[in-house]
Amino acid sequence: MGAASPTDRRYLASHEWHKPEGGLVTVGVSQFAVDELTDITFLDIKKKVGSTVKAGESFGEIESVKATSELYSGVAGEVAAVNEAAIKNPAVINQDPYGQGWLIKLKPADASQIEKLLSGADYDKGHS
Amino acid sequence: MLRTPFHQYHVDRGGKMVDFAGWELPIMYRSIHEEHHQVRTAGAMFDVSHMGRLKISGRHVRRFLERVLTRRVSDMKELTCRYSLICNAKGGVVDDVIVYRFADYWMLVVNASNRAKVIDHLNASIGDMVLKIEDQTQSTAMVALQGPKVMEYISGLSKEVPTLARYAFCIKNYLIVKLAISRTGYTGEDGIEIILPSATASMALKLLVREKPDAGEGGSWVSKPAGLGARDTLRMEAGMPLYGHELNDDIDPLSAGLKFAVSLDKHTFENSERFIGQDALELIAKEGPKRKLVGLKLDGRRTARQGMGVLVKDQTVGAVTSGCLSPTLDYPIAMAYLEADKSEVGGAVAVDLGGSKVDAQIVPLPFYKRAK
Repeated sequence: MGAASPTDRRYLASHEWHKPEGGLVTVGVSQFAVDELTDITFLDIKKKVGSTVKAGESFGEIESVKATSELYSGVAGEVAAVNEAAIKNPAVINQDPYGQGWLIKLKPADASQIEKLLSGADYDKGHS
Repeated sequence: MLRTPFHQYHVDRGGKMVDFAGWELPIMYRSIHEEHHQVRTAGAMFDVSHMGRLKISGRHVRRFLERVLTRRVSDMKELTCRYSLICNAKGGVVDDVIVYRFADYWMLVVNASNRAKVIDHLNASIGDMVLKIEDQTQSTAMVALQGPKVMEYISGLSKEVPTLARYAFCIKNYLIVKLAISRTGYTGEDGIEIILPSATASMALKLLVREKPDAGEGGSWVSKPAGLGARDTLRMEAGMPLYGHELNDDIDPLSAGLKFAVSLDKHTFENSERFIGQDALELIAKEGPKRKLVGLKLDGRRTARQGMGVLVKDQTVGAVTSGCLSPTLDYPIAMAYLEADKSEVGGAVAVDLGGSKVDAQIVPLPFYKRAK
């Protein structure tokens, strides 16, 4: 079901995507996750700009009409930016999960770490 | 999984299909909040065919219904409906139901999740009475049209429907399509629910739903259906209980604030007897319920979920049964059972969200009332 996930980024089985962009890694949640969550009502990013995140560590929580879920980063690094617009209006994550609905940007501790995450095709196999 | 006669209709419109009490139904088509607002501002159609429909007829039908229902029904006029409960001997709720009185039989509309349990309970309560219980859930279908513009819209199909009193119904025949149309619903809005034979479902859809925006004044909105997600947030705002959340086999109707649906005097009427659970409910009525269902308004934007603790000064005094970020009110609301002496409106409590606590206030139910 659904279209193939974008191949320009890497994924965690817990549905977060990681896209390398000019030295930073942008993290968000997949279309599949958004479809499962239904309407997103609340986004909490616990990690502030300048703090560090370990690989596999939770950096926040997302709530929808249906459920509350932790958000995980697949790469270690320093938080370079937080999407304040998505905190203010979480519906943007429903509308554009791969674009304007991004969650955080990280300055990765190890730029090659992202390669260890799932490819789009492997991620899609996990929930088809 | 069971499918309703409208299954293809849902799939064609992008319905996200989920398992609901063994039925494959759309939780939403586009967005739960968008569909919610559609109902509050104009109207939308819900497929509620999964609700159980039990036809009851025979010599002792009235006596039987007075035995199994907590609310008196013998005084119901033909072509009216009434909300009631079915209780067990302990006074716990087996199900909450809508009773329909047709000219020559009765019908109970029961929760999908409770259909088998209710049928067993009814059969076990027949004793020596002569009556017939027929499960018509799959031979019939049911839709709800809900919203402030439904009556205006439906007047194009029938001049009689907009004149129906709340909880009255009428039978309409259109060629081979026979519709039982009642002024009832589960959203807090004006609207109707329609029971029809399954075999005529697609034809009925053509009668009821205009698909094209140019179908005339007020005709475009109803082409948008709404799913189970919106149905849930709508009923929460309207303070209506949902079985499995506010009601279950261990919760009595008096604690749930449903005293209006319990006739403790029904045995004093002619040809009536005490109902199942009456002894237990009389005791609870005398002593007062130990816990009460309340409405909560939460600070912040987070959603309280079923089972989360409600605290007063760090002491647990109850638990949440349902919660959502109210799409209409734009703040989080919840329903919860609290110890009776801690349940007064205006009281300050906290909800344990698991890891963090949020302040909340006890507010009157319902959270939302439509403008008359």
